[in-house]
Amino acid sequence: MDFLIDYIVIPLIKIVIVFLAISGVVAYLTLLERKVIAFIQVRLGPMRVGPHGLLQPIADGLKLMLKEDIVPSGADRLIFTMAPIITLIPAFIVFAVIPFGPTIELFGRQISLYITDLNIGVLYVLAISSIGILGVILGGWASNSKYPLLGALRSAAQMVSYEVALGFSIIGVLLLSGTLSLTGIVEGQQGTWLGFIPRWNIFLQPVGFILFFICGVAETNRAPFDLPEAESELVAGFHTEYSGFRFSLFFLAEYASMIVISSMAVTLFWGGWLSPISNTTPVGLIWQLMSVLWFSVKVLVFLYLYLWFRASWPRYRYDQLMSLGWRLLMPLAIANVVVTAILALILRG
Amino acid sequence: MTTQEHTLFDSNEITVSMGPQHPSTHGVLQVKLKLDGERVMDAECVIGYLHRGVEKLGEHQTYGQFVPTLDRMDYIAAVSNCLGYCEAIEKMLEVEAPPRAQYVRVLLTELNRISSHLLWLGTHALDIGAMTVFLYCFREREEILKIFENYCGARLTTHVFRIGGLQYELYDGFEEQVRVFVKDFPSKVDEYETLLTENRIWLGRTRDVGVLTKQEAIDMGVTGPCLRASGVEWDIRKSNPYAAYADFDFDIPIGEKGDTYDRYLVRMEEMRQSTRIVSQAVEKIPDGPIRAKVGKIIKPPQGDVYHAIEAPKGELGYYVVSDASTQPYRVRVRPPSYVNLQALRQMVLGHMVADVVAVIGTLDIVLGEIDR
Repeated sequence: MDFLIDYIVIPLIKIVIVFLAISGVVAYLTLLERKVIAFIQVRLGPMRVGPHGLLQPIADGLKLMLKEDIVPSGADRLIFTMAPIITLIPAFIVFAVIPFGPTIELFGRQISLYITDLNIGVLYVLAISSIGILGVILGGWASNSKYPLLGALRSAAQMVSYEVALGFSIIGVLLLSGTLSLTGIVEGQQGTWLGFIPRWNIFLQPVGFILFFICGVAETNRAPFDLPEAESELVAGFHTEYSGFRFSLFFLAEYASMIVISSMAVTLFWGGWLSPISNTTPVGLIWQLMSVLWFSVKVLVFLYLYLWFRASWPRYRYDQLMSLGWRLLMPLAIANVVVTAILALILRG
Repeated sequence: MTTQEHTLFDSNEITVSMGPQHPSTHGVLQVKLKLDGERVMDAECVIGYLHRGVEKLGEHQTYGQFVPTLDRMDYIAAVSNCLGYCEAIEKMLEVEAPPRAQYVRVLLTELNRISSHLLWLGTHALDIGAMTVFLYCFREREEILKIFENYCGARLTTHVFRIGGLQYELYDGFEEQVRVFVKDFPSKVDEYETLLTENRIWLGRTRDVGVLTKQEAIDMGVTGPCLRASGVEWDIRKSNPYAAYADFDFDIPIGEKGDTYDRYLVRMEEMRQSTRIVSQAVEKIPDGPIRAKVGKIIKPPQGDVYHAIEAPKGELGYYVVSDASTQPYRVRVRPPSYVNLQALRQMVLGHMVADVVAVIGTLDIVLGEIDR
């Protein structure tokens, strides 16, 4: 009986909660994006559906679902249908290892505020999130159209290149924390220096963090690296031929990946669910639940950065994007790994 | 960057039709692109989707009736279209608009130049991905359109001048409204420049993109800011002053390299200079009549006339032939966008697809004017 509850019921409940929460956050992230950019651009954004447009995401979702399902003639039907699904699923299952909070005690049971704690969590995130790119390539190819094909080729090249630098930028953190488990990395960041500076990896790995976030933005195809869907050049890039619900799956996947990258940035560099004030594992249910709030606030800051970037910057050109990735970010990431390794070796004696 | 990489066995080339329904071809321009991966091997412009036979229409309307039709050519800068035609007919009739009308003409034309450049900047930046500049530009453009609306009731196709002068006297508070705009506007230009001028991505996207050398620009008959960015100091407002331009103090910005960045800088400076002209004009609008004595029925003597003005996009010329009847025998328009567009192929060869969009933006074309 205990086995059933511990390994089937509780994980299932957690999965449902995380899935629903992430779906809701994704939906409202679209509204947040429109509102934030609107305020930056001296306008109001959506105002008609509900007070201050609060019901807009629901209306958008309904509209997309009720739209006619169009498959272009000559398209590969099976792959055309599979592509958005292949993109969406990895974006969501990555959340399985993200630690939202510490372990709490509820009804006499130890319940951890994450779905699972893999000892190779970081590798899992990198591996799963790379699968999403397959959907982009397949979707662009299966549309049997030129703009999507160009968009898909671009994204393939872009995501593969930046994934390398992304991986290297994390190694510094892994060297310092000595574990691949995301929960382990968060717990390793407890405590303070001089009594007030939290022992977060950001202070040890500033270069690593900047590289990670730049690569993360590129990896999720967001401005200023939104070339795969550069609307002014390629109409809509790889999803030009997609409409209705299929399109919304691509859309959801993009926003879910934004949350993944932000959560990873928070977990790896900014102390995850640790509170910046005490920076220790909290005791007591309220404080333990508060740590989920800390996590959310930190993630929100990075999501806001995403939107801020989009409102402020022009778009890179394809060749400039590539040279930035390979000629600047890659060497920096490798140098960061080498320097970190040497310092870690010296300091540990 | 040459097109030498193309060989017989190269099967990577694909032909993409950019437009006529494409978000950033600024209207119904179609550009057929031959691409090798991302590189443009060849480009061909297909125009004519917006052809309305404007020139032919003129042959069936009286001289005065034709003016509103001309507003529909370069609908972004309708005031300039109107000014060029009215002055051409005035030249034929050998009348001159009274000084007050001349000053108001300069003022409104320069305001229109600013609004045209604002639209260019907004869409150009949007094409390159900077979406916020677009909305900032529209915010200021709105103020100019409000002035037009208050003056003549229309915002875009204004039909603001008449042959021989103006139709309407200035409304109360016109000067004040213009003064407020002129006072605020330079700081707004600074705001756009903060977002773009020294932005690393913007520099990367515009520097050395679509270079047009001095000689190439002259050979292809390119005019306007595109010509001046290539280093040729040619502005009809200075070289052959029309209306009251001789009375004003302003500079002509010129570029050096003739790349997209230079054209950007030239147009930004032109907006500042236009503001200067407007602020001078609004302070010294003379009193007096607003329309010269022109008969109800306009019948120019037999003959022909060519009159060119500096429209926001370049030299806008009207060649009008009269057979001494009430309708023009022939009106030929030299639209700046049409002539500038032929530089497109030269400017995009060997560049990336993304640069095609930047170059179309920097040429500042209006299809209504190209197809007519």
